[in-house]
Amino acid sequence: MTASAPAIELRGINKSFGPVHANKNINLSVENATIHGIVGENGAGKSTLMSILYGFYQADSGEIQVDGKPTRIADSEAAIAAGIGMVHQHFMLVEPFTVLENVILGAEGGGRLAGGMGKAREELERLEREYGLDVDPDATIESLSVGAQQRVEILKALFRGARILILDEPTGVLTPKEADELFKILHVLKEQGTTVVLITHKLREIMAATDNVSVMRQGEMVATRKTAETSMEELAELMVGRKVLLRVDKTPAEPGDEALKVENLTVRGGRGVLRVKDVSFNVKRGEIVGIAGVAGNGQSELLEAIAGIRHAEAGRVLIEGQPIGVKDSADPAILRERGVAHVPEDRHRMGLVMPFEEYENSILGYHNAQRYQSGLLLNLGVIRDDAMDKIEKFDIRPPNCRLKTSNFSGGNQQKIVLAREIETDPTVLLIGQPTRGVDIGAIEFIHRRIVELRDAGKAILLVSVELDEIMSLADRILVMFDGTLVGERAGGTATEGELGLMMAGIDGREAAQ
Amino acid sequence: MSTASDQLPRWITLGVIPFLNLLAAFVVSGLVVLLIGEDPIEAVGILIWGAFGFGEGVGYTLYYTTNFVFTGLAFAVAFHCGLFNIGAEGQAYLGGLGAALVCLHLDFLPLPLIALLAIAAAALFGAGWAFVPGYLQAKRGSHIVITTIMFNFIASALMVYLLVNVMAPPGKMAPETRTFDESARLPFMHAALEWIGIDIPQSPLNLTFFLALLCCLLVWLLIWRTRLGYEIRTVGISPSAAAYAGISTARLTVIAMAISGALAGFLAVNEIMGVQHRLLLDFTAGYGFVGIAVALMGRSHPVGIFFAALLFGALYQGGAELSFEKPKITREMVVVIQGLVILFAGALEHMFRPQITALYHRLAPSPKPSEA
Repeated sequence: MTASAPAIELRGINKSFGPVHANKNINLSVENATIHGIVGENGAGKSTLMSILYGFYQADSGEIQVDGKPTRIADSEAAIAAGIGMVHQHFMLVEPFTVLENVILGAEGGGRLAGGMGKAREELERLEREYGLDVDPDATIESLSVGAQQRVEILKALFRGARILILDEPTGVLTPKEADELFKILHVLKEQGTTVVLITHKLREIMAATDNVSVMRQGEMVATRKTAETSMEELAELMVGRKVLLRVDKTPAEPGDEALKVENLTVRGGRGVLRVKDVSFNVKRGEIVGIAGVAGNGQSELLEAIAGIRHAEAGRVLIEGQPIGVKDSADPAILRERGVAHVPEDRHRMGLVMPFEEYENSILGYHNAQRYQSGLLLNLGVIRDDAMDKIEKFDIRPPNCRLKTSNFSGGNQQKIVLAREIETDPTVLLIGQPTRGVDIGAIEFIHRRIVELRDAGKAILLVSVELDEIMSLADRILVMFDGTLVGERAGGTATEGELGLMMAGIDGREAAQ
Repeated sequence: MSTASDQLPRWITLGVIPFLNLLAAFVVSGLVVLLIGEDPIEAVGILIWGAFGFGEGVGYTLYYTTNFVFTGLAFAVAFHCGLFNIGAEGQAYLGGLGAALVCLHLDFLPLPLIALLAIAAAALFGAGWAFVPGYLQAKRGSHIVITTIMFNFIASALMVYLLVNVMAPPGKMAPETRTFDESARLPFMHAALEWIGIDIPQSPLNLTFFLALLCCLLVWLLIWRTRLGYEIRTVGISPSAAAYAGISTARLTVIAMAISGALAGFLAVNEIMGVQHRLLLDFTAGYGFVGIAVALMGRSHPVGIFFAALLFGALYQGGAELSFEKPKITREMVVVIQGLVILFAGALEHMFRPQITALYHRLAPSPKPSEA
């Protein structure tokens, strides 16, 4: 191994899935002991490329060099042998096992556990000291925070001798503070000579943490830059292929009458766990209220209860001063009649029926409307005309209402849902994760539509785990932690640090200090 | 990304793959025939000739087809709602009770009226028998597969009791009702066509065949052209999307099961009012179960179900002819062949799909617009 050889060198990598050319002639050079970011929209081919590097897929053609030596990576064992470790977006840990048990999983060393365990404990403690990764080896995984679980994943890779660490969207489940800690760890790893490849769609993280960054677009590697010599604007443009407005242009809100009022709402989630505890707030016409929080703190249940999908246990919800049944008589159909539209958090599971043709999804929830009936049958003519109308207004591509919904891209699927919910001219619009899995070009469009709706006098409740999104869209920000609202901030003045503290459960008053 | 690779044009999924499955079934059947020392080519010849080669054979084939259309459609409607109704057997059995009650007790009415009432009664009794498992699933979460199986047994026991102790005329030894009056029998096809001057050979084929065709059309309209069908499909594909849209899964479960049971009940119109002219034990003869294979093979689409029903009708009739011509190929052998068709067309439906997909993409690499 020479000092100058790049840790990873990819030459002319090609990979096709049937007619889809996921990786086109990819060249990539990752320098030794650097943090190298890879950005790109959904479907740009990042995951495919990393899967090739980790041996999940085989490239159709091309060469992989690790530390200057041509290497064939047939499976993940070969990748580990070559010193490549991967931290997946969704952790691969056995929850009831301890940290130590998880770390030695697959590397137990011999038939009797005791001998291997002793050596493994020493090695684990050495790694923890060396890299500043602080985890109790005897704690069970389920007792650890998400951030600590991620450190276990990193330890697992290091324990197997990884000198090149690939992290796939590592901050998706972390609070801003936990994310900062992760980046500190990555820096220590780099100092110690480990090479880190960081895959993300968050440009802010790229700017904060990486030395070099490569941009992928539609299966091609379009550019590699030194992070210090580029900007978020340039990267976004490279990703999308045209100029993108990252900031949301909006005027200050002009709140009108109260449209949505939530009083002492209490909701139980799956397995009877109390997920929303005595929550009260309101949303006025002409304002966007954002609910920030780390995923899993009750936002989903809150949104579903207001939308009538989930029964509330106590409390009430009023639309324009009139109470609606959210306890025993919760019914989304009635809520729609009352002018509450809902863009659900999970469009695959709720917002769309994926095998349906596009026009069929364009009436989901509104299929009882009189104009869609023609005697005993559905009036397909009117339904398809309406669908094409929305396709045109929302620039849904391809403009074909007879196409199966699953064949649209994530951004266009989200536009199908948005078009359906917005075009009914609702009073209150509930929006969950409007841009999850949506590419940057469509994010810009969706954000603009949401602000337009606000300016048209709609009351908008926005739930998102993307703090950036909440900060740029919301006029008022409520922070949710463990089922309660821990604080409120005005949209323009809130700082990320302050919100981050509240998201970690620090009370709003304390966070201000 | 990888989802794009398993998209195939309709002519392959609806044409080539079922054909290959069928071919595989026949090849394996051929090997079995070979094993017992008969000529498989000759056997296939007899089978096809037996099903389609002469007028009476065609009549029998279409008569069996009628039964399979009803049970196939019954399974398909529930299946569109995500329900595995394997109780068509029991539902048809009860449908027979309904039809027989009308034919036995209202035979003073004119035939068209009796026919309408019998059809309605068969549907009502079948729907009622399916309603209970549907209700239990919707309100109590009792699994539909378990309850419909149990209801098959209950139906069987109930009918034995009724036929032995209640409905059999005094002095008759067989557990069956009296034969219906001439005025309460659906005309055979050969009789009906004779009135308008067309002469065809005698067979059990009767006017119920047209009811089967009508049901194909109605089910197609229901599933793809009505609000109810839209809701049924939504619940069947994605209960969570249905909840989001304000569609009650419980309500749809009960409705879809009732429609399914009514369709199964029509089997009795063919068997009881059209052919047997009396209510007797076990007239359902497994048609309800074969209906599952028919629906799966026909991809729950009425057109597909009709052709799958025709295939099974041909297998029944051609198979009977085969075991008659070739004593070594017993009735049980024919059941083996039917079983192989079910195995390859139903259970192993996707066996050839990966290879076909790969072959298709190699031969037709025209890149579709990428989803990126």
